[in-house]
Amino acid sequence: MPTAIEQPLISADPTDLIPKRLARARPLFDPEILGRATKQSFVKLNPVTLMKNPVMFVVEVGAAVTTVILVRDLFGGGAAIGFQVQIAIWLWFTVLFANFAEAMAEARGKAQAEALRKTKTDSVAKRLLGSGKTEEVTSSQLRSGDVVICETNDIIPGDGEVIDGIATVDESVITGESAPVIRESGGDRSAVTGGTKVLSDHVKIKITSNPGETFLDRMIALVEGAERQKTPNEIALNILIAGLTLIFLLAVVTLQPFAAYSVASTGLGHVPSVAVLVALLVCLIPTTIGGLLSAIGIAGMDRVMQHNVLAMSGRAVEASGDVNTLLLDKTGTITLGNRQAVEFLVVEGVTELDLADAAQLSSLADETPEGRSIVVLAKEKHGLRGREVGEHEARFIPFSAYTRMSGVDIDGRMLRKGATEAIINFVVEQGGTAPASFRELSDRISRSGGTPLAVADGPRLLGIVHLKDIVKGGMKERIGQLRAMGIRSIMITGDNPLTAAAIASEAGVDDFLAQATPKDKLEFIRKEQAEGRLVAMTGDGTNDAPALAQADVGVAMNTGTMAAKEAGNMVDLDSNPTKLIEIVAIGKQLLITRGALTTFSIANDVAKYFAIIPAMFLTTYPVLGHLNIMKLHSPESAVLAAVIFNALIIIALVPLALRGVAYRPQGAAALLRRNLLIYGVGGILVPFPGIWVIDRLLAFLRLA
Amino acid sequence: MTTPGVLQIVVFFLVVVALTKPMGLFLTQVYEGRRTFLHPVLRWLEALIYKLCGIREDEEQKWTQYSFALILFSVVGVVLAYVLQRAQGHLPLNPQNFGTPVMTPDLAFNTAVSFVTNTNWQSYSGESTVSYLIQMAALTVQNFLSGAAGIAVAVALTRGFARQQVKTIGNFWVDLTRGVVYVLLPLSIVGALFLCSQGVIQNLKPNVVVQTLEGAQQVIPMGPVASQESIKMVGTNGGGFFGANSAHPFENPTPLTNFVQLVMIFLIPAGLTYLFGRMVKDTRQGWAIFATMSLLFLIGVAITYPAEQAGNPILTKLGLDSTSGNMEGKEVRFGVSASSLFAVVTTDASCGAVNAMHDSLTPLGGLVPLFNIETGEVIFGGVGAGLYGMLLFAIVAVFIAGLMVGRTPEYIGKKIEQKEVKMAMLALIATAASILIFSGISSVVDFSKTGYWNPPGAGTANLTNSGPHGFAEILYAFSSGAGNNGSAFGGINTNTPWYNLTMGLDMLIGRFLFIIPLLAVAGSLAAKKRVATTSGTFPTHGPLFVGLLAGTVVIVGALTYFPALALGPIVEHFLMYSGKLFAAVVGSLPIWS
Repeated sequence: MPTAIEQPLISADPTDLIPKRLARARPLFDPEILGRATKQSFVKLNPVTLMKNPVMFVVEVGAAVTTVILVRDLFGGGAAIGFQVQIAIWLWFTVLFANFAEAMAEARGKAQAEALRKTKTDSVAKRLLGSGKTEEVTSSQLRSGDVVICETNDIIPGDGEVIDGIATVDESVITGESAPVIRESGGDRSAVTGGTKVLSDHVKIKITSNPGETFLDRMIALVEGAERQKTPNEIALNILIAGLTLIFLLAVVTLQPFAAYSVASTGLGHVPSVAVLVALLVCLIPTTIGGLLSAIGIAGMDRVMQHNVLAMSGRAVEASGDVNTLLLDKTGTITLGNRQAVEFLVVEGVTELDLADAAQLSSLADETPEGRSIVVLAKEKHGLRGREVGEHEARFIPFSAYTRMSGVDIDGRMLRKGATEAIINFVVEQGGTAPASFRELSDRISRSGGTPLAVADGPRLLGIVHLKDIVKGGMKERIGQLRAMGIRSIMITGDNPLTAAAIASEAGVDDFLAQATPKDKLEFIRKEQAEGRLVAMTGDGTNDAPALAQADVGVAMNTGTMAAKEAGNMVDLDSNPTKLIEIVAIGKQLLITRGALTTFSIANDVAKYFAIIPAMFLTTYPVLGHLNIMKLHSPESAVLAAVIFNALIIIALVPLALRGVAYRPQGAAALLRRNLLIYGVGGILVPFPGIWVIDRLLAFLRLA
Repeated sequence: MTTPGVLQIVVFFLVVVALTKPMGLFLTQVYEGRRTFLHPVLRWLEALIYKLCGIREDEEQKWTQYSFALILFSVVGVVLAYVLQRAQGHLPLNPQNFGTPVMTPDLAFNTAVSFVTNTNWQSYSGESTVSYLIQMAALTVQNFLSGAAGIAVAVALTRGFARQQVKTIGNFWVDLTRGVVYVLLPLSIVGALFLCSQGVIQNLKPNVVVQTLEGAQQVIPMGPVASQESIKMVGTNGGGFFGANSAHPFENPTPLTNFVQLVMIFLIPAGLTYLFGRMVKDTRQGWAIFATMSLLFLIGVAITYPAEQAGNPILTKLGLDSTSGNMEGKEVRFGVSASSLFAVVTTDASCGAVNAMHDSLTPLGGLVPLFNIETGEVIFGGVGAGLYGMLLFAIVAVFIAGLMVGRTPEYIGKKIEQKEVKMAMLALIATAASILIFSGISSVVDFSKTGYWNPPGAGTANLTNSGPHGFAEILYAFSSGAGNNGSAFGGINTNTPWYNLTMGLDMLIGRFLFIIPLLAVAGSLAAKKRVATTSGTFPTHGPLFVGLLAGTVVIVGALTYFPALALGPIVEHFLMYSGKLFAAVVGSLPIWS
């Protein structure tokens, strides 16, 4: 990323669900983006494109009408030219400001897309021929089904699957993360993405995409907004504000005959000029939300992208705000990937030191995280250092699924560790016995959610190492936040129900699905959906694909298989399953921003009436001056101040629209109360001082 | 304000609160087709109607079929009412020999539409225009049917919320029949008997001419009043037998009948809020709607009553005693409190009966009824109309503010999406357009005095008052029409082809372009899945929602009509306090109500 400057985008509240450091964040007002957006604001004045936004189109028509009348009056010698000029200018500014907001959001996406496009060079691929030889072709000549060879420093020419070999790959182009990842044939780490680079070794890759359809291509199209379609909620909101615009159009158009009646009846004053009527109309129609609506949507997508998540549609982001149930995989999401030794439990007559010593020795050659955690625990608890076993005569017995134990034969001792049953069998074979209390000990550990690892020295049972799933730090708090947001979190695990229950209670999840097969997952999702809930989940394996496709929000891990990525509607480029929680928060933030600005926009109208109505009829009905509660300077200054406020508020709210409103996880009632107060009541109150200040300024500058 | 005055309002409100649940339970039984305590007496009638009309009781309709049935039924109703009125000279029960000339085609059209749409706007005075047969067979019949149709729509919309993943929303013919047989008929019979006991007349005699003490001759009108009076209230129709409506001693003789009539207006609308909660299986939702309506009702009374009690400052300055308040246009037997309460209640509901002349209310006192009508009469509202109108606002409120909880909007477990928003906006726009455009044209339009359309000349020539008060009269008339209220500010002669036809259209738009979109909403909602409720769901049963909903009603109404209201009652209010009044401009026209 060329200008990946990190900066906090959200308030510095510690309870914030949305983290502050974002790989792809860029400053809100990047000079380059600003320049491009300013230019686009004028291009977007084209009525053909503006017509898609009914509110701003009405403003543009109003501005045009005012301008035409102004020109006519300039030559025909009409009155109040200065006032009309200012009204016309500010009406045009209103449209420009709204265009600018949208252009800003789009420009930010475009900048991202360009950065990506730069990485998309036409590389040379070594295509494998039937004869076993390779030929050099450009990546654009590759078709789905071709097989290519990639060696150290080669750019992988297209999306595909490793069918042979293992390699380290630099995927920073896609993920922004520079640490290399391992890609190997078979299993869930076989997918590779075009544009990434092989750092070591060589692999055979079967290409799975055609040119122009690669992941990178789709990513560019998405961030650029080319594929952006209005989301259902956005369309509905558009209908609402278009409807309100029509109602206000009626109110203002019919005000003309009402005024004519009043003027005829009192014989005083005159019917408001077209400029004033247009000004009133523009002030009343929801220009704030009308101008910012599409920017909010684009920025929401962009925000997801900044979190290194690729949403395939805006609909998916919207749906994530609605999620009721979150399926979280136990391993890697709720717990650290591996179990860790936490305790040595001895049988009668054995010291803990003996057990620790035997356990450590038997684990010295064990490279699994569990084995290493035993070595570490023995060191921490009993000061036992990992010994060089080279000086001893040692033969390591590796773990096998058949024996279900591993160990070492050292200095004539046969140290073994493994599943309780396996070790008991081993001990009995060696002529020893297993006390009943041993089994009880083992069961107790199982019940508490741990995994018992029995240790024996030949015929002698030593004890048990308690292996435990470690719940990630802060997980319980996050799940608590989810609950506050009204979201149920369900832990999915392959463990038995006993173990699952223990971890579930430790992590504080609402429910769990134990011994879950992919089919169970799918059925669970269907059941939740049948009860009217929206479900979100993450997954990476091919067998997750059906569930990912069924879920309302399915986040596939970038490290996952192609099938998983195709099935989900989002891809997390960091492959961090916990990010699901953030995605939900971003979805909610997007919806709240929309609602807040709509409420604010409509609430603003109250003050504008108090500014404009008395000004309009001051000569016809001087008593209406009672409604001039802001004590505005003159009818002209009042109307102008309202129009200027209306225009400036759009530009003032651009940062809010692009960043989203501050969001903290809490229940709907509390959230509603807070936001209604800020954007509803605030929306009614804020324009009063705002218009007043502008009015004073206008009077001071003798502009009205 | 006086203590008895305030007490009367408080007691009235408490009685409504007390009746809401029992009435709602009964209505729920009726519309869910369960057995009620009236079944032993009335089931045969219901069954007979089904048999005669070939209605299959267990057959359900999609929203399109339901709407079609409603429209078809209304068209037939309009045609029948029109023909009967035009032919009244040739029909029996016409002791005053009202001929066809008084019932002009435009007036007959206006009246037919008016009664079929539950508006009961009357461009005529019953005692000088309409025969007893027409009063009974055309008008009273429509009072029952239009009321039952309104309730049917509200129940159908409620079913939309209550059901899930089905295509149908009930059967219009069955809902209509049940509403008439079990609800409106028994209530009106009981009501009519009570009113008779209090002195309301019920006969078919010709008018009585008597010699007064001064020796002058006075005509005392007669007729089958009680039977029409009762349904006029419980069906929130509001079309009086006499021009003076419930101010007439033969319609509303005593303070007790006045009180009972007030309760009759709110009885079914209040009960329907409970039915709503009951049918969606969360009575809190119904009470929240009830609370919103109550809040707005009490605010309305709290503005009107003091405004009327304060009287006219100009008269006070002249040294007149202001302790009795503004008694102009009010009946002495009711006084300021009962009249203010009646004005608010009749416009909260789309009843439109009056016991005092709204034209003579103080500007603020008159602003409240006008605003009540313009916000769609959702404060208890017309039978059915109040509930479906308030649900429309609930949809709008939830859609705007619901996003602020971070979910796409939902109400009663139903997602509020494109279709619902589109239909809600369509209904709001249609009503606003009708009121504003017709009022706008009528304020400036000019006709030839010799022409057909408007013999008085300009659209404003029909007014008896000038200035903002005159304007308010026009605005009130079209608001009353589109809102299907039927009460009049008075002071405007609308019995000309121009006003009769435009108001007829106004009433049709206000009724059907409001109902059809809402039935579409009902159909769309019924087809949806019910979303699970969690602590992340927008709570729509607490005080917060009540405040939000009330705020939405007021703000949407205020934003739409503020400019018009500013040039009417608002400016008149300020002018009155600066010492200016708007007296009648031309001699004296008859009082139209």
